[in-house]
Amino acid sequence: MATIDLLYFARLRESLGLERERLVLPEAVSTAGALRLFLSGRGETWARELDPNKVIRMAVNQDLADPGQVLADGDEVALFPPVTGG
Amino acid sequence: MPVRVQTEDFDISAEIALLRAGNASVGAVASFIGVMRDFNDGSGVSELTLEHYPGMTERALEAIVAEAHSRWQLIDTLIVHRVGPMTPTDQIVLVVTLSSHREQALAACAFVMDYLKTRAPFWKKERTGQGERWVEPRTTDDEAAGRWRAGGPA
Repeated sequence: MATIDLLYFARLRESLGLERERLVLPEAVSTAGALRLFLSGRGETWARELDPNKVIRMAVNQDLADPGQVLADGDEVALFPPVTGG
Repeated sequence: MPVRVQTEDFDISAEIALLRAGNASVGAVASFIGVMRDFNDGSGVSELTLEHYPGMTERALEAIVAEAHSRWQLIDTLIVHRVGPMTPTDQIVLVVTLSSHREQALAACAFVMDYLKTRAPFWKKERTGQGERWVEPRTTDDEAAGRWRAGGPA
């Protein structure tokens, strides 16, 4: 059973009202993309913020990740809007 | 190849002096400072708060610097990016590139800023007359970063 640490930043952190959480991955959730889909099923706000038409970036262990990236036990997974620094 | 994330302001003269101290092979110093302006997307902006992803930010900046050093003949590169609350006219970000030749230093400095804008996990929230809002990314930033792909300027 894989347990991951989830982090949320910027607009996502505010609208979800959550900065970080520890999550035991369901059997069927093995990739970053599948995780996003799973999280979008948590309720109205989650569905709206993680809507497939919205651009959300994901990072796994602090590197930008594609939806196909496979998740492993102990991973640090972050979800955030496109970056706006500089 | 120092990268720093800090709340304090920075002094470009002191940073450059330290970066190139005693190195007589440096023939070109290129730099960029990003500064907070008092307007954005048609609204006046009175305050800006910069959030980041500690740990990933430093990794991302180091990766951008490493990429710049693989593309151009650089002697050293410095990135200083501030986080926290800021007001108009404040300095936000500093990039300095050192090379023996100006073409290398200038191109690398532009590259680092273009990649920083699309790859480093910073987010800006601004206060306007209508309240607070998260800054939306610009498509021109993606285009600017895209021009450095293979076949672009080098």
